[in-house]
Amino acid sequence: MSAEGPTDAVSLRGVEYKWNARDAFGLSVGEFAVSRGERLLLLGASGSGKSTLLSLLTGIALAQAGSLEILGQRLDALGSSGRDRFRAEHFGIIFQMFNLLPYGNVIDNVLLPLSFAPARRTRAAAAGGTEGEARRLLLALGLPADIGRRTAATLSVGQQQRVATARALIGSPEIIVADEPTSALDDDRQQDFLDLLFGQIDATNATLIMVSHDRRLARHFTRVVELTDILTTSQREGAAT
Amino acid sequence: MIVARLALQSLLNRWITVLLTVLAISVSVMLLLGVEKVRSGARDSFAGTVSGADVVIGARSGAMQLLLYSVFRIGNATNNVTWRSYQDIVSRAEVAWAVPLSLGDSHRGFRVIGTTPDYFVHLQYRGGQTLKFAAGTPFDDLFDVVLGSDVASRLGYSIGDKITVAHGAGSLGPRHDDLPFRVSGILARTGTPVDKSLHVSLKAIEAIHVDWRSGSRIPGQVTPADRLRQMSLPPKAITAAIIGLKARLQVIGFQRAVNEYRAEPLSAVLPGVALQEMWGLVATAETALLGVSAMVVVTSMLGLSAMILSTLNERRREIAILRSLGARPRTVAGLLVGEATVLTVAGIAIGMATLYAVLVVARPIVDRQFGIDIGIQPPSSTDALLLLAISIGGMAAGFLPAYRAYRMSLADSMMVRT
Repeated sequence: MSAEGPTDAVSLRGVEYKWNARDAFGLSVGEFAVSRGERLLLLGASGSGKSTLLSLLTGIALAQAGSLEILGQRLDALGSSGRDRFRAEHFGIIFQMFNLLPYGNVIDNVLLPLSFAPARRTRAAAAGGTEGEARRLLLALGLPADIGRRTAATLSVGQQQRVATARALIGSPEIIVADEPTSALDDDRQQDFLDLLFGQIDATNATLIMVSHDRRLARHFTRVVELTDILTTSQREGAAT
Repeated sequence: MIVARLALQSLLNRWITVLLTVLAISVSVMLLLGVEKVRSGARDSFAGTVSGADVVIGARSGAMQLLLYSVFRIGNATNNVTWRSYQDIVSRAEVAWAVPLSLGDSHRGFRVIGTTPDYFVHLQYRGGQTLKFAAGTPFDDLFDVVLGSDVASRLGYSIGDKITVAHGAGSLGPRHDDLPFRVSGILARTGTPVDKSLHVSLKAIEAIHVDWRSGSRIPGQVTPADRLRQMSLPPKAITAAIIGLKARLQVIGFQRAVNEYRAEPLSAVLPGVALQEMWGLVATAETALLGVSAMVVVTSMLGLSAMILSTLNERRREIAILRSLGARPRTVAGLLVGEATVLTVAGIAIGMATLYAVLVVARPIVDRQFGIDIGIQPPSSTDALLLLAISIGGMAAGFLPAYRAYRMSLADSMMVRT
């Protein structure tokens, strides 16, 4: 977890991607890097290629050309299982909504990523037992102490986002990716949520990459980048939007 | 551990469809194994009934028909064997013992059989057991009757009770109610048609028909019981006879001798051979039944596959979350195969439990109604193989949804917004 080692958290060069050969939609990134410990806000409207970019960063999708390095590791050098394992160990991901398995309880939802990430499990266990660590994060994120055994489906949207944040943070992965995590929250709760998220990210010194269309969030971040500045998308003529 | 628990909770979350699917599997398992149990139970029961008899003789007819009416007391004889021919045949050197049977009368739906006391000595059932008396003694007086255990228990008779006999097999036939019989003995349970029979002497059969001609009473003629006792009433004919030979090897020669008997057309059948013939006849029906049960199992497996497939769309989100947390497509597919397997095994467990519960409840009823004892034994190795095949089938039923989920988790971006 030290800031030593490879310089960049994320580094892309000449990346070209299409979902499949016949797909009209393509994406290319010339040159783009995120340093370790950065809090980066990527601004872009929906349809600007941000889902695809996040899929590429987290190794769910694999670029056809160019080089994509995460924490110094070239993702295309890993097999698909290797990329899944890599994602489990090094990424915490927060979606816009519907983050949790609704039938599971809160603690199980938070602990779930550790099933796929042995190193994160070891770290969480060392920090005070996996379950204790989960409870600590939930509490630190302002959730009531007795929330652990509740079923995820019974929580409010705001609570769900915090539980998802605890899940992303547990075992201290190096990179937190958040895709419009506040868009389902009203303004007051957005502020609370961001304060808590940043507090925890500061504590683990993780790199944060957040995608949003909301410019008002910009003041919280160390760097703000317009998606259109770093990537170009191509839409073949006649293709549906 | 957590993954398995969450998978289980996912199932519980959909418990109605899951339950119905599991029940469909359990019903199919019940059917398949139940058919097998009834089949083997029927075979054992039939084979047990003819235990110890070498040859059955009767008037010329098909082997199965003769066996059915003489031993199993199903259907009726078309013709009789004259007493003289019978005596001629049983006096042959090969014959160790012979039990004549005279059928045709009944008592409240149970058959009355005229025979000799040898019946209680020589007849064997289910692995060579001889008949035993639960109470009383064999018939001695002309109007003594020995009851099978079902007759006694169902009609509530005990030693010393008086009963009357009806003519013909129906319970509503004309009755010989002027000549009541006294219960002299009650046989212990055998689980064979003996339990459903009443046994009297051959002479008694003659005696109750003294005042009868061609199936109806001669008007005004009533011979009192005491006079009947003094009359010499040699049997004129019997319906069939069960014969034991001194040596098994003589069976074929003896059978030929009976079949070629000059004085009247007779048939001799070897019970084992006739039973084989019968199983050969019903084998097609058995196979069809087994085939239908197997199709029901296949149907339930298809239902299982369809059920899991239909949940895939609503679980796209679930799959995307698992993928984002680092679950491999293989793990996602494995969860679905695991789900199918767990549901199948649950269906098998419920099906087996229900089957055995039904067997325990139905066994006495089936035995009473059909004389078939469905033995309640632990699952045989054949059963185990069938169950294993069903489990594997259930696992295979998970392959199609698993493959789709695999494709889905490869193709979907991690940001599914539904």
